[in-house]
Amino acid sequence: MPKRLHPNSLERDTMHYCPGCSHGIAHRVIAEVIDELGLEGSTIGISPVGCSYNNYKYFTFDMLQAAHGRAPAVATGVKRVHPDKTVFTYQGDGDLAAIGTAEIIHAAARGEKITTIFINNAIYGMTSGQMAPTTLEGQVTTTSPLGRDHRLQGFPLKMSEILAQIDGAVYIERVSMHDVNHILKAKRAIKKAFKVQMEGLGFSMIEVLSTCPTNWRMKPVDASAWVRDTMMEYYKLGVYKGGELEV
Amino acid sequence: MLKSALPAEDALLHVPIRQLKSRRLMMSEKVLIKGNEAIGEAAIRAGCRHYFGYPITPQNELTNYMSQYMPEAGGVFIQAESEIAAINMVYGAAGAGARAMTSSSSPGISLKQEGISYIAGAEIPAVVVNVMRCGPGLGGIMPAQSDYFQAVKGGGHGDYRNIALAPCNGQELYELTVKAFDLADKYRMLVMVMADGALGQMMENVEFRDKEEPLLVEKPWAATGTGMKRKKNSITSVYINPDELEVVNDRLQAKYREIEKQEVMYEETDCDGADIVICAYGLAARITRNVMKSAAAEGIKVGLLRPITLWPFPKEAVGALADKTKVVMSVELSAGQMVEDVQLAINGRIPVYFHGKTGGNLPSQKEILDKIKEVLGKEKK
Repeated sequence: MPKRLHPNSLERDTMHYCPGCSHGIAHRVIAEVIDELGLEGSTIGISPVGCSYNNYKYFTFDMLQAAHGRAPAVATGVKRVHPDKTVFTYQGDGDLAAIGTAEIIHAAARGEKITTIFINNAIYGMTSGQMAPTTLEGQVTTTSPLGRDHRLQGFPLKMSEILAQIDGAVYIERVSMHDVNHILKAKRAIKKAFKVQMEGLGFSMIEVLSTCPTNWRMKPVDASAWVRDTMMEYYKLGVYKGGELEV
Repeated sequence: MLKSALPAEDALLHVPIRQLKSRRLMMSEKVLIKGNEAIGEAAIRAGCRHYFGYPITPQNELTNYMSQYMPEAGGVFIQAESEIAAINMVYGAAGAGARAMTSSSSPGISLKQEGISYIAGAEIPAVVVNVMRCGPGLGGIMPAQSDYFQAVKGGGHGDYRNIALAPCNGQELYELTVKAFDLADKYRMLVMVMADGALGQMMENVEFRDKEEPLLVEKPWAATGTGMKRKKNSITSVYINPDELEVVNDRLQAKYREIEKQEVMYEETDCDGADIVICAYGLAARITRNVMKSAAAEGIKVGLLRPITLWPFPKEAVGALADKTKVVMSVELSAGQMVEDVQLAINGRIPVYFHGKTGGNLPSQKEILDKIKEVLGKEKK
């Protein structure tokens, strides 16, 4: 077995996430990207509300914990003080696509030179599996016990498609973390998003389709298969904006 | 002198105002200026270079002023998408080491309460200006003092305090806004400047100092990027472990007790041997000053105790009134809010009355004098 190197930007703590959850993978990928770009000392991150509320404990750089949905506003404040630093938000679907819709839309509209890592697992994980703005039709959650029905609960939001419409957003891509191949692709996208910010081009967001086996009531393997077979049907992977950008 | 957390910011602070190519007020001079604009100028002179606003009457002149002069001073002005976003931009900017401010009026301040509570929990120095209007709800755009409870009793969730400063004229709007930034940095907490619609809109003579000398506090806790030179800084208000959170809360409370000892400000006029002492702040205190003259002409000795810090409340000075006068009355542009703190301080030793107006109406001098006569009549019986 080759020796696996631990990213410098990631603490060696044991994470509190459930088995099969994508958060740990996403954290590691972000840390690897920051290492590879040499940004550990010049990155300032914004932690969200949700399962990853305390991910500032897992990264080795400066971070601010934000109120639910407000990370893009907090990141705006930080970036305007430190235009030379790399500033990113890490947000879940309830955070970004429900309570924080205004903040993400307007950060993008202002073309804030920040990067958002949007973890879409179609559910509120920390609060025991409620329906999220990205919950799929028919998906059973603790607040849509009969399955989401658009006549009652509306339609799931496609945030990458929405944000791609905004002029200030320059790079938007949806990726997945359900298998190794896709994790590597996700890493390339996240790296590009950070580079777009370093170049000062504007707002960038990577939407990451993620698993929540606990609240989906699935085994981790089945959760990964559900991302592949069901989520990716509705949330199509791909570059929604900025495919032509060479950074 | 201590170095600021931000080299760029630090340099800005030392740019003499007059060197800036600005149509802004220059140098030390006395000018006729709207209260809202005096607050804006004060913030810039105090070294604030990050302002985040959102339109709401009656504080719009402040946001407008910042949109023009903050960029000219080399700073950042953002018209946020909401008051909620604005206070969170303050959270970010101030958490990253800068002097940052937002302003609003009552309904907007309600929206900011979430951020205000987080700022308290994360111990971030910040300045919030409330140019109060009448409520509840959308209420009206006329002046009021009905956000007293919200400002001094918490406003948002959790056990916390904000320092609340209550200017009563244009000059104090300037002085106390400058002071607000120093206090915020000194104690790493939010300082609220409590103006009202009348003070904000009124034009008055204000004397600006040539150059402010902001208290430059080192901010080693700020999220500025580690530069690989120090341990990481985490700005947070979340502690899931009860024992950990209690330690944090105990520390906050100890800080608040210290502020109660150190930072109380008030103005006391003719209270010794007065027939009655009026407790009033801001605009209500100004009206009371005129009442004192007309009362004296009728042989009634009226004293005035004007809290300048609403929190920390001048408990001891108000309590001591029990030995100086026979009766106390709180006069407010509210249905009776500060009067509760007056009662607590007096603690039943002498009678405490209240007179207030709401809806944006102001109590007239005659009305207050009539009330004084009524109260004194009752107390004689």
